[in-house]
Amino acid sequence: MSAEIMEFAELIKTPRVDGVVLHRPFMPTVEGTLCLTGHHLILSSRQDNTEELWLLHSNIDSIEKRFVGSLGHITVKCKDLRMIQLEITGMEECLNIASSIEALSTLDSVSLMYPFFYRPMFEVIEDGWNSFLPQNAFKDLESMTDEWRLSEVNKDFSLCPSYPPLVAVPKDVDDETLKKVATFRHGGRFPVLSYYHKKNGMVMMRAGQPLTGTNGRRCKEDEKLINATLRPGKRGYIIDTRAINVAQQAKARGGGFELEANYPQWRRIHKAIERYNVLQESLIKLVEACNDQSHSMDRWLSKLEASNWQTNVKEILTTACLAAQCIDREGASVLVHGTEGTDSTLQVTSLAQIILDPGCRTIKGFQSLVEREWLQAGHPFQQRCAQSAFSNSKPRYEAPVFLLFLDCVWQILRQFPCSFEFNESFLVLLFEHAYASQFGTFLGNSAAERARLCLPEKTVSLWSWVNRPQELERLTNPLYEPNSLVIWPSVAPQSLLLWEGVFLRWNRSSKCLDEAYEEMVHIIEYNKELQTKVNSLRRQLAQLETEDPLLHTP
Amino acid sequence: QKYYHYVHLFLQVEQVRLLDRFSNKSIHGTLYLTATHLIFVESNSNNSILHHHIASVEKLSLTTSGCPLVIQCRNFRVVNFVIQRERDCHDVYSSLLRLLRPVCYDELYAFSYNPKQNDQQREEGWQLIDLGAEFERMGVPCDQWQLTDVNRDYKVCETYPRDLYVPVTASKPIIVGSSKFRSKGRFPVLTYFYQEKKAAVCRCSQPLSGFSARCLEDESMLQAISKANHNSRFLYVMDTRPKLNALANRAAGKGYENEDNYSNIRFQFVGIENIHVMRSSLQKLLEVTGTRSLSMSDYLVGLESSGWLRHIKAVVDAAVFLTRAVTVEGASVLVHCSDGWDRTAQVCALGALLMDPYYRTIKGFMVLIEKDWISFGHKFADRCDQLDGDPKEVSPIFTQFLECVWQLTEQFPQAFEFSEWFLLQIHEHVHSCQYGNFLGNNQRQREELQLRERTHSLWAFLMSEKQNHLNPFYSPAYSEAHPVLEPSTLPYHFKFWRSMYHQFDRSMHPRQSILKTILTLKENSRKAESTLQALESVSTLLHIVIFLSFKLDTHQPQRSARTVEGSSGTESRKQSYGELEGTYNSDLVKEEPAVVSLEFGVARMTC
Repeated sequence: MSAEIMEFAELIKTPRVDGVVLHRPFMPTVEGTLCLTGHHLILSSRQDNTEELWLLHSNIDSIEKRFVGSLGHITVKCKDLRMIQLEITGMEECLNIASSIEALSTLDSVSLMYPFFYRPMFEVIEDGWNSFLPQNAFKDLESMTDEWRLSEVNKDFSLCPSYPPLVAVPKDVDDETLKKVATFRHGGRFPVLSYYHKKNGMVMMRAGQPLTGTNGRRCKEDEKLINATLRPGKRGYIIDTRAINVAQQAKARGGGFELEANYPQWRRIHKAIERYNVLQESLIKLVEACNDQSHSMDRWLSKLEASNWQTNVKEILTTACLAAQCIDREGASVLVHGTEGTDSTLQVTSLAQIILDPGCRTIKGFQSLVEREWLQAGHPFQQRCAQSAFSNSKPRYEAPVFLLFLDCVWQILRQFPCSFEFNESFLVLLFEHAYASQFGTFLGNSAAERARLCLPEKTVSLWSWVNRPQELERLTNPLYEPNSLVIWPSVAPQSLLLWEGVFLRWNRSSKCLDEAYEEMVHIIEYNKELQTKVNSLRRQLAQLETEDPLLHTP
Repeated sequence: QKYYHYVHLFLQVEQVRLLDRFSNKSIHGTLYLTATHLIFVESNSNNSILHHHIASVEKLSLTTSGCPLVIQCRNFRVVNFVIQRERDCHDVYSSLLRLLRPVCYDELYAFSYNPKQNDQQREEGWQLIDLGAEFERMGVPCDQWQLTDVNRDYKVCETYPRDLYVPVTASKPIIVGSSKFRSKGRFPVLTYFYQEKKAAVCRCSQPLSGFSARCLEDESMLQAISKANHNSRFLYVMDTRPKLNALANRAAGKGYENEDNYSNIRFQFVGIENIHVMRSSLQKLLEVTGTRSLSMSDYLVGLESSGWLRHIKAVVDAAVFLTRAVTVEGASVLVHCSDGWDRTAQVCALGALLMDPYYRTIKGFMVLIEKDWISFGHKFADRCDQLDGDPKEVSPIFTQFLECVWQLTEQFPQAFEFSEWFLLQIHEHVHSCQYGNFLGNNQRQREELQLRERTHSLWAFLMSEKQNHLNPFYSPAYSEAHPVLEPSTLPYHFKFWRSMYHQFDRSMHPRQSILKTILTLKENSRKAESTLQALESVSTLLHIVIFLSFKLDTHQPQRSARTVEGSSGTESRKQSYGELEGTYNSDLVKEEPAVVSLEFGVARMTC
């Protein structure tokens, strides 16, 4: 550890500067002392009533510096899309601060990340690392069906490095078969159970693309595996999240798609969800549009359109609705995959569950969904969330895949505001923590990496923090009323909105909206209070009447 | 509303299909045509469309499933019928064409609509809004502003109301002279008085200045307005048109004020487009949003190219400019466009709404519309196409105003007493011609039509169902703390108003409404409050009864005393319970699963 601390010390050229002025949009200017620590940028005015700034270095996406005379301006652009300005007097100090921030915010080594240093200031009631174990999820499944089993074939992550040690597969398919199928699927991602629809016993599976290549390789075991999930005489749907031409092109690189001839019981549908690098471009353009301060409506709308962000939201939601429709309306099982099966596939399978399964719309249920369908399922969070919209470097693996998923959830939440136990703040919180966090939950790219990093032992889980009463209260939707129905969102462009809570969060004053939200909470609580009073008074009255003997004599 | 039971039926067509315009869903039913409505009845519901709402009917060519009839309404409803037999379709089509183009006012629904009110109630409805009282509320007349009777007989300006407020220093010759120098005689008059700074918002039409004409009376008029405000040395003159349009008007002998001729004015163009641009903009918008399987990209491109939100923003920008000039600089402002009844009405009304919390209440908003739109002669009949008139006069100017207000309610959710339902209701009835308020083009015409005697007032109706229009988040305290609203007009604050333009396309809207839920909860709480009060008094009473009967037990012969005290207690209790059951068990209320059912003397625990 001391070597690591040494390393930080080397990076911090100037640990503190006095008389720094902080500008934040819609907040009063603060003047104070700027301190740099290994993980934080801190600005404190040393006055009681002004808010201090504590910014994680890992939240910093990029910085810009410029000078007016000897007065330096540093613009700090964060991964959560916030932009702040620091005014530092003295060119040398300013340059020192800027280069320190740059170095500290781009540390390469995972083990230097803040979660390994963070010690919780709260009492952990329930260790989030143990809250969503696959064994427990499987117990729920077992209570509904006996057609599935938990396989340990990937116990040591050797079969599929991006899968967890335990996966649910059809009971009749043995581990030897799985091993063969793994060689036929991209990244070894053989088809596994994603969701079981209790209402009609239909299932949703996910996988990597089949490695058919240009000569149309086939794999009997693969066919056997996925056919094992079909009821006799029933057909299933394969939802390929790529456009047909993209899927065709994948053949040249050894990938491909299921040929009808080999999978006669399955109907393949192609949808066009963008790949991760395209999505990153989309995010950058959208955020650029949102920060354009020109007053031109045409410019705003054309930039919004050109970013394609809303198009991506619509495509992903539409595909998820299609998957849900196949399962619930058509009574068919579904297999979802794209190329790797770690991005668009997960967007579709997790959103379909939000639509179909009321359990996923509770706070715990949603955490469980994120754990199952994203973390355990091997979405490479660390790669995808390494940089956000302000990054100057050329994106490699970065992409707002998870943010798009959250955006889609928000769209559904907007359309069914009473059907979710959580509110928008919960979604925003997940976005923030996926990009920069004191918790270990979103570190690493797969279950295997997380195991290697010993995250449960060395870091605190985000869920440990979230699932405490005081946090839950803030994240709970006061309008929530359990709704056991399948919820079908509208995907018409007129029904899909820009997620202002994320993209315009720092560009507008949220005071009025926050106050209105408070008022709503107040109205609901007051109503509950009154109902309780009325009911208890009625009970008392009833009591009085039964107790009064005089009232009973004829 | 089963009109078809008692109204003369023109037509009845069986086996008609009503198609959803965005999906392939359809329902079968029967189509009825009456003198006032087109009614589609299916097993469990019926849709009726007022003929006045129909903007166009189109008969498409015969298909295998029947003959399609497309009806577009002014409230943005689009109905697609498929009628099995072509002849039936033709009958409906031609009857509609005949019915939906009234040629004189007497044919409008307002003159036959009878909400079962007596004359007195109707009269009271019309008295609900009193503009004289409104000017008094603003603090007018005062030492600087007075009521003039110059237009008592609509002689000076026939599109203005009778009662007008002008600076005390503006003599009749000045007024008359100024009116002759203004398009349609619409000389500068007061429309809003910002008491705090004694700053005035005045309105008029464009001056007939041409390239070089000037008018001393008009110059004195502006001078008088300027001088009536001691807080500012100058008067803003806001020409709400784009400069190019104003320049073009000069060739026709009209134009704008030359700063050299008027002392101490600051002249400003704000660039709101004319009625023709607005009309085609809305048309483009509706074309885009009416497309089936619309892609996100086409939607956003269409939204942009229609220019609709750009126009909305321009109006709000102008209102913000007006508001700042008045409330921050304390300057008076004279607003005009060409004739001073479209853009001028938009900007003056929206500005006043930003400056004065009263206009953000339900009653205040009615007053505002009555003042800046109805009385100052916005040509509702022409703009809303009430009679079969010139299609070039039709324009969604008032709709734009309502939308601007909606955009503001989105930014300030606690500042308005009303919700968007109120705005939608008003929009509905501006076109329905069911009430007299919006009929005709100006007050003079309305008097001639004897609307107050022959029709009903919309305001009274809206007031009577005020509960439905309340914004549950409204906070009078908010308005007190923020009397003047300062909206941001950055482009992303302007959104497409789905509830207006897709009002009838249910599949597009959230399936659960926060507004509705919270309104219901508030209503529940209100009822629970009175229940609580009643229960508390019953409880007190019960304690007294018990206490008394205990006393009576010990001191008096039981029987007689019991009958007296006991029975009266019984009576009152029975009554209040009875009432409570009625209100409390209404379906709005969520009670704990039946804990007790109370009847006097028999309290059973049922769970």
